[in-house]
Amino acid sequence: MDEPRVLLDYGSGGKAAQRLITDLFARCFANPILAAMDDAALLQGLSGQLAMSTDGYTVDPLEFPGGTIGTLAVHGTVNDVAMLGARPLYLSCAFILEEGLPMALLERIVESMGEAARSAGVHIVTGDTKVVPKGAADKMFIVTTGLGEVLSSPTPSGSRALPGDAILLSGSIGDHGLTVLSRREGLPLAADARSDSAALHHMVAALVREVGSIHTLRDPTRGGLATTLNEIAAQSGVLCNIQESAIPVRPGIMAGCAVLGLDPLYLANEGKLICVLPKNLADEALAVMRSFPEGQEAVRIGSIQAPGQYGKAGQVVLHTALGGKRLLGMLEGEQLPRIC
Amino acid sequence: MKTPGLNNSAFADPALCQGLLHALEQKLDAPLRFMEVCGTHTVAIFRSGLRSLLPKGIEHLSGPGCPVCVTHDREIAACITLAGRDGVRIATFGDLMRVPGPEGKSLKQAKAQGAAIDIVYSPLDALQLAQQHKDEQIVFLGVGFETTAPTVAATIQMAQRKGLPNFSVLSFHKLVPPALEALLADERPTEEGGIDAFLLPGHVSTILGLEPYRFMVERYARPGVIGGFDPADILQSLLLMLEMRKKSVPAIVNQYSRAVSDTGNAHARAILFDVFAPSDALWRGIGLIPASGLVMKDSYAEYDAWKRFSLTLPDVPEVKGCTCGDILKGRRSPGQCPLFGKACTPANPVGPCMVSTEGSCAAYFKYAIGNL
Repeated sequence: MDEPRVLLDYGSGGKAAQRLITDLFARCFANPILAAMDDAALLQGLSGQLAMSTDGYTVDPLEFPGGTIGTLAVHGTVNDVAMLGARPLYLSCAFILEEGLPMALLERIVESMGEAARSAGVHIVTGDTKVVPKGAADKMFIVTTGLGEVLSSPTPSGSRALPGDAILLSGSIGDHGLTVLSRREGLPLAADARSDSAALHHMVAALVREVGSIHTLRDPTRGGLATTLNEIAAQSGVLCNIQESAIPVRPGIMAGCAVLGLDPLYLANEGKLICVLPKNLADEALAVMRSFPEGQEAVRIGSIQAPGQYGKAGQVVLHTALGGKRLLGMLEGEQLPRIC
Repeated sequence: MKTPGLNNSAFADPALCQGLLHALEQKLDAPLRFMEVCGTHTVAIFRSGLRSLLPKGIEHLSGPGCPVCVTHDREIAACITLAGRDGVRIATFGDLMRVPGPEGKSLKQAKAQGAAIDIVYSPLDALQLAQQHKDEQIVFLGVGFETTAPTVAATIQMAQRKGLPNFSVLSFHKLVPPALEALLADERPTEEGGIDAFLLPGHVSTILGLEPYRFMVERYARPGVIGGFDPADILQSLLLMLEMRKKSVPAIVNQYSRAVSDTGNAHARAILFDVFAPSDALWRGIGLIPASGLVMKDSYAEYDAWKRFSLTLPDVPEVKGCTCGDILKGRRSPGQCPLFGKACTPANPVGPCMVSTEGSCAAYFKYAIGNL
């Protein structure tokens, strides 16, 4: 694209908009369904139960170690579809661009998005672009919707965790949340921190096919591990027991959190999943997860219990490294860095 | 290399801590009621699970140790008034955003209604804002104890050296020893259920050293241990309290010597008292405590936002039913407050103890299982 910055013309539906579509989006997302350039994408051969999910991406900064808003918009939606034990196939995407956005930045992000979709094996088949006047949006927002085929029934669900089940976590927590926060605020923390942004559906497919009987799959994104465990406990009417010392956290993330008064248990992850399944299948599931790069640090972090004397339905009890116990609750709102 | 698990500090080593817990059990000859006066201690004791492990007979009380919690609603009202003025941009530490002022209105809500409010990580960031936004008045909200105040003072000195015309500080800093004094002056004797010993704040003490706490021993015969924040630090501090009681020699002892020097940080204190002088201050839940706040000296008056914007503390209606005063004094536990978990929750905090994540009620609400 010749223009150095995005102009309002690019969202007008005229020639400028067409140039943006053919020169950038069609080039980076290249696939036969998108190439038809009709008002809607024609999808053929889908059968059985379908899983669908939509998500809006507003991350600031747009680029960070380990990913971009574009890779997040692919991985995040692919993962949400996959958490139903489904194979994601198609994505739609809508861009909302702020007038004046550097064209080179847009190109980098769309290219990273195309690359993420290609390596995940999903097609971006339809899309839309709007340009809003300067100040009406913050640089760039992306909304993606994903569609996939369910691999087996019943599908994993937050409401299917049963007493006696094991709780598995696919790797370290807090990487994405602290990376983005420290970059956004220009904090000289955790210099080697990288977002864990990754597509998890290949690992999910292997879990569903090779292990089976997966009761719950969830990706602990916003709100972090603690929030997602609380959601599972509440939806299933059970108690989650979690071993603190089993939860992997990289030293740089732990140190950065200590400085800011943040708790990694509540920081967002973009390439991790929680898997709940009968405990006799836990070792087999861990072996499958560890055979994928995105799951090589998979660990068992706890178990599901029936509510009773040790806690109420919907509660998460953390067994601390010290041997003590405490509640692991949900936060009221976002975590705010503390004063001292 | 295997990624280590959460909270794996050497001072949280399970075997070390089990040993200390065992020693505590052995040495505990009578019930011990101890109070910590630092929000970081409150949270550390809950988060590590230590509270669920303390031997029966050791009672943990949380005092007025979170500077955000004790910011008075009249002070918040002044902040919100100022945030609403044209041409003013507020710079604040993040955890002040959620503190409710009159009618529950917070800075977070003021921001949503259009007030210019930026979260900063250091007062120096606010100074930078002043250099970037020359057409706006940047006001830093000076909240915090002796730990934070010297950095704010140094920032004000720097603003004066640079001659920045659009930077000022709205100070409602608070001082810890006068609050302890107010607490002790009103305290029942130990034998009538009063507090046996104090776990003194590690961070504040890096500035103060031991001296400012001596009155606790001399006038009130109460021991205090300056403690670190890892479980082993806290357990060792409790052991030191028991030993002092056994020998009947109350003293101020420094357990956290890896961070706190006995004489504190004289340089930081010199900067602090070059810019600020003690003044009477309002504490949420407690009321007026003499000489417990910090006001800017005349030589820095031009950087005093109270003066620059002719602000006064607005009168606000009293909060009904709140028992935070008793909780901060250790006379009532959060669970004994009729509002706890009902009218007063982290979503809608009524009193100071529920306001910040480091408040004692917020910690009970978040971490305690059942009647712990």
